[in-house]
Amino acid sequence: MREIKAGDVTEAVANLFKQANYELGEDILNALKQARREEESPPGREVIDTILKNADIARSERIPLCQDCGTAVVFMELGQDVHITGGDLYNAINKGVRQAYDEGYLRKSIVARPFSIRANTGDNTPAVIHTDIVPGDKLKITVLPKGGGAENMARLGMLLPADGRRGVVEFVVGAVEEAWSKPCPPLIIGVGIGGTAEKAVAMAKHALLRKVGEPNPDSEIADLEREILEKVNNLGIGPMGYGGRITALAVHAESFPTHITSLPVAVNLQCHSARHREMVL
Amino acid sequence: MAKKIDLPLTEKTLSELKAGDNLMLSGVLYVARDSAHKRMAEALEKGEHLPFDIEGQTLYYMGPSPAPPGRPIGAAGPTTSTRMDAYTPHLLAAGLKGMIGKGVRSAEVKDAMKKHKAVYLAAVGGAGALISKSVVKSETVAYADLGLEAVLRLEVKDFPATVINDIYGGDLYIEGKAKYQK
Repeated sequence: MREIKAGDVTEAVANLFKQANYELGEDILNALKQARREEESPPGREVIDTILKNADIARSERIPLCQDCGTAVVFMELGQDVHITGGDLYNAINKGVRQAYDEGYLRKSIVARPFSIRANTGDNTPAVIHTDIVPGDKLKITVLPKGGGAENMARLGMLLPADGRRGVVEFVVGAVEEAWSKPCPPLIIGVGIGGTAEKAVAMAKHALLRKVGEPNPDSEIADLEREILEKVNNLGIGPMGYGGRITALAVHAESFPTHITSLPVAVNLQCHSARHREMVL
Repeated sequence: MAKKIDLPLTEKTLSELKAGDNLMLSGVLYVARDSAHKRMAEALEKGEHLPFDIEGQTLYYMGPSPAPPGRPIGAAGPTTSTRMDAYTPHLLAAGLKGMIGKGVRSAEVKDAMKKHKAVYLAAVGGAGALISKSVVKSETVAYADLGLEAVLRLEVKDFPATVINDIYGGDLYIEGKAKYQK
């Protein structure tokens, strides 16, 4: 049994959210630079130049990359031999979120009572927390400030088994075409296939955490990712929808066994401001 | 090359803008998003005055992050325009001439833009830090109780924007997609 202090969790979460909001990761920056070389459309290239310049300004002047500093999504891989001391784990995370959004001049975008008064909670809490219990005595925390524009274009389809691979491809490409210019392309497309309805949606979000463009280790899924990426980039939407060949930088798919009657497919779109940071305690 | 444009937009300027043009805007912009639009549309419906004179003005759909000490504003990029579509035709009828946001507009908004000779521009979503550098001054002019959704008056210099819908029916989203799809 290893002890981790709740206060250390708070500090880690606060630092990660600040860093994620000011600094794009090397993987997404490299993917954008590669896209700049490949994009044929002049307005598309100008958009990518603007995005890269924005990343420089945000990093050097400590201005958030985007005014939408997101919903505070937190993924935890909690080792089963860890004992959290000195407080409640989820409270510790929310305290870290509160601290980051206050000290970091980040926008607080969360409203309570979503279908009625929609009152701002004032500190960007509560975080949306996903916890996996894993072997070991470590705690891995990944934060993903998720912008609303792209999140609003998420889709779930409970397909028929007979729809098969082709049905999956058409559903994902259709979701991106419907979203069009709204989710701030170039995108990273998270796809969850199988499981149950909520399992598919969770996989689609989790897939966004992968290093940009790294294929699924399963060759059949990697092949599906390639086909969807090609079809999406043939839509012509381009960076910010101004027309172009790069609508998405990558497709990341995850899969899970499902029921004999089911073929769930979920899509979660990540805008080009693909902000996520992780650390291991 | 981006065209330098002074705000508010004049009839002559509006007639010269074409879908796909890159612009650098200087002058005054009014900022309003979801809740402020709802209130403005309700005020117009009741025959009340808007909290600022909208005749000939340009609205920017944006909700900034908090301004750090020494800066006029935090990150200040556009939000998705679709959510404003239901209210926009009323504002165009009241004299609004320009809108800045991101993402496609409804058929009703495009029809109203043609009828009232107004334009829709886009700024690059997710470029909030870069765009904030073009904001010289920011002040709250109405609905302060809405917090980050209050109506702001911005003075901007060389604010980068692209024409999506011009007064002639041109539409960069439709034309750009058609050009590069395979």
